[in-house]
Amino acid sequence: MIALLSRDMKLAMRAGGGFGLGLAFFLIVTVLVPFGVGPESGLLSKIAPGILWLGALLACLLSLDRILALDWEDGSLDLLATSPLPMEAVVSVKALAHWITTGLPLTLAAPLFGLLLSLPEAGYKWLVISLILGTPALSVIGTFGAALTVGLKRGGLLLSLLVLPLYVPTLIFGAELARRGAVGLETTTPMLMLAGITAGTIALLPFASALVLRVNLR
Amino acid sequence: MGYGRHMTLTVTDLTISRGGIPVLEGLNFRLDAGRALVLRGPNGVGKTTLLRTVAGLQPPVTGQITNPPESIAYAAHSDGLKATLTVAENLHFWADIFGTKGIDKALAGFDLEGLVDRPAGALSAGQKRRLGLARLLVSERSIWILDEPTVSLDVASVAMFADAVRAHLATGGSALIATHIDLGLDADVLDVGPFRAVPGSGSGDFDGLDEGFL
Repeated sequence: MIALLSRDMKLAMRAGGGFGLGLAFFLIVTVLVPFGVGPESGLLSKIAPGILWLGALLACLLSLDRILALDWEDGSLDLLATSPLPMEAVVSVKALAHWITTGLPLTLAAPLFGLLLSLPEAGYKWLVISLILGTPALSVIGTFGAALTVGLKRGGLLLSLLVLPLYVPTLIFGAELARRGAVGLETTTPMLMLAGITAGTIALLPFASALVLRVNLR
Repeated sequence: MGYGRHMTLTVTDLTISRGGIPVLEGLNFRLDAGRALVLRGPNGVGKTTLLRTVAGLQPPVTGQITNPPESIAYAAHSDGLKATLTVAENLHFWADIFGTKGIDKALAGFDLEGLVDRPAGALSAGQKRRLGLARLLVSERSIWILDEPTVSLDVASVAMFADAVRAHLATGGSALIATHIDLGLDADVLDVGPFRAVPGSGSGDFDGLDEGFL
């Protein structure tokens, strides 16, 4: 399993691996928003948590179709399916690798991008907490979507359509946690809900992903 | 290495389907340790489907496949290579996945020693194929399931591959191979043509329908 994780990380870092693509996209979205809504720092700081969450979510979405499609194309998915690794482990490791190469950098870069949107000072801590709690769910749900659409020609758009509605609960509670943190309100409830959603998806979705992947490999 | 004596693959009364349509039915064969079985038949008859079913990638419609657990190494048309990883990295990855040690034997077996640091993307088609086949040696599995293993190999490489299979058989392994060329192996031949499924017969139809709705 560690071998698969380190291979996926290596592939992401090498040429054409797509590492940094999501980060660059996130940066561009946050830079574009002030152009769109105007340079009022009062308004910007109000919408900053939501915009940052939305940007992170879309950046995450960009790289989802790479999780399984590349391995499908070159046949390594078939070979992994006949290897000693259980399919559940394969999809879990793939989701973890996706989080480390996408969710984690987004989380770490978010405070910097918060500056661009004049996020209130109290909000930085909560922005990072909400992203670190929420982004693993984005990767795991995304892997499920990738397993559903693997093998479809140009399944990227379909993947987005399938996955975005599933992201709604994470987005609601993640952005709510960041917003409440930024204005100094009570944060326990959205934090627990967000952590609960993430824990639930990590516990259950790998089994569903493995199941649909087996069907798709037939 | 040696694999023990109970490494027998048995296929009983097997019906397989592709895309919900039964393609082969009533297949029976047995592959003992140290033996090779070559599948023959025209294109589209279902050789690949049969191999994928035996490898466990898809369930049979009816019938049984018995083989020792964790005994099958599968190699298909695509080699599962990562273009940005080097030859050695590709092989090391599979060695780690299969929990085996050392890739030197596999490199030597397919004459890849001069290419270890080359990215797999920079290899020729035949070299890629050899690297894909070297994975079989790395896996140390006893039953090889090979789908057209000699595609894009030149005469010398085919001989190299035949030697690898012979060495594998000599240590008690076995191989199920779909191929159109003569590898010069002492192998049994199974022509799957006569087992072609008759359309509209058998229990396979309902499964076909079922899959159609899904």
